[in-house]
Amino acid sequence: MDLALEVTELSVAFGPTQVIRSLGFGVPRGSTLAIIGPNGSGKTVLFRALIGSVRHGGQVRWAPGTRIGYVPQKLDIDRNLPVTGRDLLAAKAAVVRSGGLEAARALELVGLADLQAGQPIGTFSGGQFQRLLLAVALMGRPSVLLFDEPTAGVDEPGQEQLYEMIHRVQQAHQLTLLLISHELSVVYRHATNVLCLSRERPCFGPPSQVLTPAAIEQLYGAPARFHRHA
Amino acid sequence: MPEHLSGILLSAGMATAAGLVGCFAVMRRMSLASDALSHVALPGIGLALAFHVHPVMGAVAALLVGTLLIWGLERRTAISTETVVGVVFSLALAIGSLLATGEELVDALLGTAGTLGAWELGLGLAGAAAVASFVLVERHRLVLSAVSADLARTSGVPVARLELLFLGAFALTVALGLRYLGVLLMGSLVIIPAATARHLARGLTEMLAISVGVALVSTLAGEAAAARFGRPSGPVIIIVAAALFLASLPIRRDR
Repeated sequence: MDLALEVTELSVAFGPTQVIRSLGFGVPRGSTLAIIGPNGSGKTVLFRALIGSVRHGGQVRWAPGTRIGYVPQKLDIDRNLPVTGRDLLAAKAAVVRSGGLEAARALELVGLADLQAGQPIGTFSGGQFQRLLLAVALMGRPSVLLFDEPTAGVDEPGQEQLYEMIHRVQQAHQLTLLLISHELSVVYRHATNVLCLSRERPCFGPPSQVLTPAAIEQLYGAPARFHRHA
Repeated sequence: MPEHLSGILLSAGMATAAGLVGCFAVMRRMSLASDALSHVALPGIGLALAFHVHPVMGAVAALLVGTLLIWGLERRTAISTETVVGVVFSLALAIGSLLATGEELVDALLGTAGTLGAWELGLGLAGAAAVASFVLVERHRLVLSAVSADLARTSGVPVARLELLFLGAFALTVALGLRYLGVLLMGSLVIIPAATARHLARGLTEMLAISVGVALVSTLAGEAAAARFGRPSGPVIIIVAAALFLASLPIRRDR
C-alpha cells in the first residue's frame, strides 16, 4: 500500500509519565485518519511527535517529499494582539516563498471573506478563525494536513459546514488528512481509519469495526452518544 | 560631528531598536522577563569595573552569557521563560550589587550622562542597525513562531535558532541603552512603547510603527527635558514613555 505515513513502536514520555506507548499505524495516501480518545490520552502529543516537536522513541516515517500543513488547537499567543488575518497569511507566504498558494486563493478555498481577513484575529469567530488557520496551512501546498480539533469553539451548524469544507479541500487537493476529533458521528462518516488512544487498549481500524458501542464505552468510560447518519 | 548631535543620533538608534524588539517581546509574553533580563548586565558591569575594562563590554558579555543560559534552560526544562529569567536574573542583580559599589552602582543602575567617544558612537549605531534590520527582515518568521511554534516548525522555520537570534537582539538592545537608561530602566524602554502600540494598533505593521514612534518621542523628549532641568535622563525618559502609555489607555480602537 502507498503510505503517506508509517509509525512504528512510537512512544513519548514526559519524565516518569508515559503518554504514548509503542504505538503503530499506517496512513494510506489520500485517506483520512481520525484520532479519538478521552482528554489526556495524548492526541495532541501524538501530533507533536509526528511533526518532530517532542522527543519520542520508535519511528515516524513520512513519505519522501511530504509537506505538512499543521492547524494547531491553541495558539501560543493571546488572540487580542494586534495581528490581522492578513498578517498571518503574509507571514506564511514569506516563509514558503515561491511555489505556495496565493493568499486570495487560500481564502477562497476555505470560504473566508477578504474583508474579514484584514481584521485583527481577536475579532474572528471560532469558525472563522479555524478557516483562517486552514488557509494559512494550505498556503504551503501541503500534501498532508494535520488538524487538531477543527471544531473546538465552533457552534453546531458551523461544525457541519467546517467538516464539509475540510472534506472538499481534501478532495480538491488530494490531501492526506489526520484529524483529532471528538465528533464521533463526523468521524464515522468521513474517516477511512480511526485510531483511538487510551492507556489500556489503543485500537486502530475502519470506523465500522472500531466504533462499536462497546468499544466507545470502554474508551470514554461512558455509553456511546453518537448517532449513525443514514 | 558635534557632541550633542551624535548623542541624539545614538539615542534615536537605540529607541528604534527598543521599539521594534519590544513588539515581539510583548507578543511572546516576555514583559516581565525583559525587565529582569536587563538586570543581568549588572554583574558584567561590576566585573568590568573591577578589572578596569569598559563597563559596556562587561555588560554585553554578561548579557550574551545570560541569553545563552535562558535559551538553554528553556529548551531543556519545561519551566516557562518568565520563571527561568525571574530566578536567574534576580540572582544576577544580587551578585552585581555586591560587585559594584557606591556611585558606580548608581550609574550602572540608572544610567549616566557622559562624553561619547567616536568608537562608542560607531559601535552603538552599528548595533542599533543590526537589531532593527534583524527584526524587520525576520518579522514574518518571528510572527509565525510567536503565534505557534509548531505551525512555524512545520512551515520550515528554524524555531530554536530564531529564538536564540531574537534573544540576542534583545540583549544587544538592552546593552545599547545601558548608558542612558541604566540596568533598571532599559527593560522598560523595550516594553512600555510596545505595550502602548499593542493597545492602539490594529495590525502588525501599525504596531511596529507606533512602538518605534513612542520609543523615539519618549527618548528624545525625555533627554531634552532632562537636560533642561538638569536631571538624569533615564528616569525622565521612562516617565515620558509611561505618560504616553497611560494617555493611550482611554483611546478605544474599534475592533
